[in-house]
Amino acid sequence: MTETREAAPVVAPGHDYASATAAISDVVLRRKPPRAWFVTFGLGFLGVLVLFYTMGVLVLKGVGIWGVNIPVGWGFDIINFVWWIGIGHAGTLISAILLLLRQEWRTSINRFAEAMTLFAVACAAMFPIFHLGRPWVFYWMLPYPSSTGMWPQFRSPLIWDVFAVSTYFTVSLLFWYVGLVPDLATMRDRVKNKLAKVLYGIGALGWRGAASHWERYETAYLLLAGLSTPLVVSVHSVVSLDFAVAQLPGWHSTMFPPYFVAGAIYSGFAMVLTLLIPLRKLYGMGDFITMRHMDNMAKVMLATGLIVAYGYGLEAFTAWYSPSDFEQTLQRTRMHGPYAPFYWSLILCNVLVPQLLWFRRFRSRLAVLWVISLVVNVGMWLERFVIVVTSLHRDFLPSSWGMYTPTIFDISFLLGTIGLFLACLFLFIRVLPMISIFEVRTLVSPNKERGKGT
Amino acid sequence: MAQLFHPSTNPFSKVSIAGLLALVLTGLVLLFVYWRSPYLTGQSVVRAQPVPFGHKHHVEELGIDCRFCHSSVEDSAYAGIPPTETCMTCHSQIWADSPMLEPVRASYRTDQPLAWTRVHDLPDFVYFDHSVHVRKGIGCATCHGRVDQTNLTMKGASLQMIWCLDCHRGPEASLRPREEVFNMAYGGASEELRRQLREQHEVQSMTNCSTCHR
Repeated sequence: MTETREAAPVVAPGHDYASATAAISDVVLRRKPPRAWFVTFGLGFLGVLVLFYTMGVLVLKGVGIWGVNIPVGWGFDIINFVWWIGIGHAGTLISAILLLLRQEWRTSINRFAEAMTLFAVACAAMFPIFHLGRPWVFYWMLPYPSSTGMWPQFRSPLIWDVFAVSTYFTVSLLFWYVGLVPDLATMRDRVKNKLAKVLYGIGALGWRGAASHWERYETAYLLLAGLSTPLVVSVHSVVSLDFAVAQLPGWHSTMFPPYFVAGAIYSGFAMVLTLLIPLRKLYGMGDFITMRHMDNMAKVMLATGLIVAYGYGLEAFTAWYSPSDFEQTLQRTRMHGPYAPFYWSLILCNVLVPQLLWFRRFRSRLAVLWVISLVVNVGMWLERFVIVVTSLHRDFLPSSWGMYTPTIFDISFLLGTIGLFLACLFLFIRVLPMISIFEVRTLVSPNKERGKGT
Repeated sequence: MAQLFHPSTNPFSKVSIAGLLALVLTGLVLLFVYWRSPYLTGQSVVRAQPVPFGHKHHVEELGIDCRFCHSSVEDSAYAGIPPTETCMTCHSQIWADSPMLEPVRASYRTDQPLAWTRVHDLPDFVYFDHSVHVRKGIGCATCHGRVDQTNLTMKGASLQMIWCLDCHRGPEASLRPREEVFNMAYGGASEELRRQLREQHEVQSMTNCSTCHR
């Protein structure tokens, strides 16, 4: 499966406007979905059913069906929340920051990454809402003129989370949709089914490709990119404050925001690779998602992985250097306590294995890259497990120590959201172009100026 | 290629943008109004009772004090609903044959209390104590309204949390001298007097969650 990386282009040679448009839109409009589509979507849908069942039991019986209890009041729910939100960070990074930095290779993967972001954030948002215990009154967290005469507690980072995540979701959705408009027009013009034509037509908002349309589009897209850029760092910073604001050893650290943001981008890119490598093969998109993309994403993963590794090192160093007994004890507990296997697996997954990415021969082997991306996904989940559980399970008083064991419902909720994520993603691939058609057209344009982005 | 949407559909796209926004806003406003409406809060809504008891007649026209029936209001959390014997103090002599009062007599005969429909019913997660309010100088009418002027009993206020907090955040606005607590027609204390009362009764703004949610 080795493909040479030497001078790998962003788009394989030999494409023109028509062939690029056809290759991408035909996936939706002309070609029958491959068998793997049905299998994966079926699995995803099964997961959705599991999710519904879990939610039903949860609403009927309450959070007691989970393994959380005092002292470990945050379990899988918060771990999964942070994990999903982190995965949702690749989308905006690729679309906004790489756009502003004029990295034109982003063009082939931004649509997909943004869609992935939306679904990941949707999965993430479910966890804190169901963690509330009474999810049907989740709107109490919003500031509105309520009959209780109370505002939410604005000094709590949990409320900042509400704003951070909902803003992130809204802006990501807008960004994704605005980027879709010209492509929806292409789909409208190419689709044969009458109903689909009308639906794509409504979505395309009357796009005719006029110069005035393009001018407004470019302005809107740049503005949205500017808006989302701070969100790339703000969302996970705020999520990290959920921990850092608390006074617990292992959480109360100024390092958390940058450390979390790096981890988020790390896991986001890992997830993009995990999904794109098989999809690229399945749909024969190798012409547009080339080895150049794989190589670049692997490098981003390596860089952010090193920042995360630095974070682990600094955590241990801070504990050692500090005069705080509690900090030191916690670090020792992480390394040698009952959850030590999780800690060392995390180091293996997030620090040791990704070092393979230094070498081109591993980066250019898709199978290796895919396995590494999976390992990083697992590693980032373990990181959140270690952060959430180890700090909580040893309270300041030994009399309040306790262990956390997830129940079957903890696990089914996680599997259920993975199912929802897959189902949404495969529906997206089925009905919308997974690669931005019009942006790829700019790349194959015969009179394209070099170095100029979209 | 043929046109997908006829030009006559153009207004739809414009209207739908404003329309969607208007729909959401209208929905929110409706929800806001519904939540505060008497339909939901029961404020000023007369509930069916076994006997059509009239406060106006007993209080304003006959001049019976609140405490004659609600005897525990000064000393306990619960103001107290009078036992049938209290009714029979008078009604064994007055209107003793009235068919309207038959349930009262039946209750007296069978020793089964009258099952009044509760009008002011706070949720179970709210702790409320009448005695402290009375002692600090909050008049009956402040919360229950002019009971002396209503025939059939109804809620004087919404009893929503915002209504409790409105007073708890600035309690001196509702203070009156203790001897005026049961005076339904009290006109309101002067600012100077209210400040004095606040000092004298050590009235505090109690807005901790655990003041009411214990």
